[in-house]
Amino acid sequence: MRQIIIIGSGPAGYTAAIYAARANLAPLLIASSVEFGGELMKTTEVENYPGFPDGVMGPDLMMNMQKQAERFGTEIVYDDVTSLELDGQVKRVTLGNGDVHEALSVIYATGSAYRKLGLEDEERLSGYGVSWCATCDGAFFRQKEIAVVGGGDSAMEEATFLTRFADKVYVIHRKDSLRASAAMQERAFNDPKIEFLWNKEVGHIYGDGLVSGVGLIDTVDGTETTLNLSGLFIAIGADPRTHLVHGQLDLGPEGTIIVDGRSSRTNLTGVFAAGDVIDPTYRQAVTAAGSGTVAALDAEHYLASLSKDLLASATQPAEPATASVTA
Amino acid sequence: MSSAHDVTDATFTDEVLNSEDTIMVDFWAEWCGPCRAVSPILDQIATEHSDKIKIVKLNVDDNPQIAMKYQITSIPAMKVFKGGEVVKTIIGAKPKPALEHDLAEFLA
Repeated sequence: MRQIIIIGSGPAGYTAAIYAARANLAPLLIASSVEFGGELMKTTEVENYPGFPDGVMGPDLMMNMQKQAERFGTEIVYDDVTSLELDGQVKRVTLGNGDVHEALSVIYATGSAYRKLGLEDEERLSGYGVSWCATCDGAFFRQKEIAVVGGGDSAMEEATFLTRFADKVYVIHRKDSLRASAAMQERAFNDPKIEFLWNKEVGHIYGDGLVSGVGLIDTVDGTETTLNLSGLFIAIGADPRTHLVHGQLDLGPEGTIIVDGRSSRTNLTGVFAAGDVIDPTYRQAVTAAGSGTVAALDAEHYLASLSKDLLASATQPAEPATASVTA
Repeated sequence: MSSAHDVTDATFTDEVLNSEDTIMVDFWAEWCGPCRAVSPILDQIATEHSDKIKIVKLNVDDNPQIAMKYQITSIPAMKVFKGGEVVKTIIGAKPKPALEHDLAEFLA
């Protein structure tokens, strides 16, 4: 048995691991098998993470966080959690490979998953012109006409990024104004390759083998028009990844896990949550990292309150890696 | 990042289309985070089933002709070739069990 298991490998999970490892708690971090590193693995330049005046590549930032967590003794497993037993003093975490890990505390930091449009051909054409990742797929749309669906920061970021490749980028938004921050809006408005289609919703995605166009429904008068496109990038937000804790942890109206005040404490003793999975509002890499810190400190505090016998039954931390110069 | 052998626009016909083996081509690029994620999983599958399937990789930036010919619009994209034909396409990074499931007919 461990003292602590951290589930998730975005900024929240890794930062919690750095703090927990430095506190000699020898954390086990479940990083997921293919989505390790979280959302930032799908980004290019990150310009708003403090400490990098010239920006940093998202995947590089995450690899650095991982190294920093490992340097102090975090053990990382690249697998997916398939089930969780969180009530009771000993928490049980079951992985895709069948392994069951036990711990006295759990930090749940699984982030969020992209929202889908919910259209019938969306799944079929996914990877054939329908995409959720401009930085992954944008380069395949050189000199093409494409569209981004959405009105938030991520939609503006995707649209602006995609103008590097595409001849024309439409932004399809169901309202007549944007949620995006002023800076992102301005960049998009000033881009000659970007055209806004206001008050429009995607009603159909057309294409046999590859996307050939979309049917747009006007949200004001209900009329439908067709727009020829080679690619459709969907950026309509994300939902917190809570399916593993349904029925165990209390969720708020936005679907995020409820924590006690400014802490990371969930409704279950010894279970803490951090990052986008508790945050319906800010959802930044740096707020997630801060939230991970809170969770690690809360967990540390909780573990310190347990009886010595109980703690002794948890694996003693491995020899802590001192701050050597090998990193 | 991966031990898989690279194929190129120049070698694709010889090494993939004319091969007698079942070959899976991993279409990838340096800048693609999910490609980095799936690559070690493909290495594992290739090692564990080396008698059934060969896995090679093609960098889509360096080899645009083949990428265009197979209409790659999303990576990672993995295409299984048998006798010069595509017999299976898998798109996107997936956990190892899901990939093994998708590839079951070739690994059996």
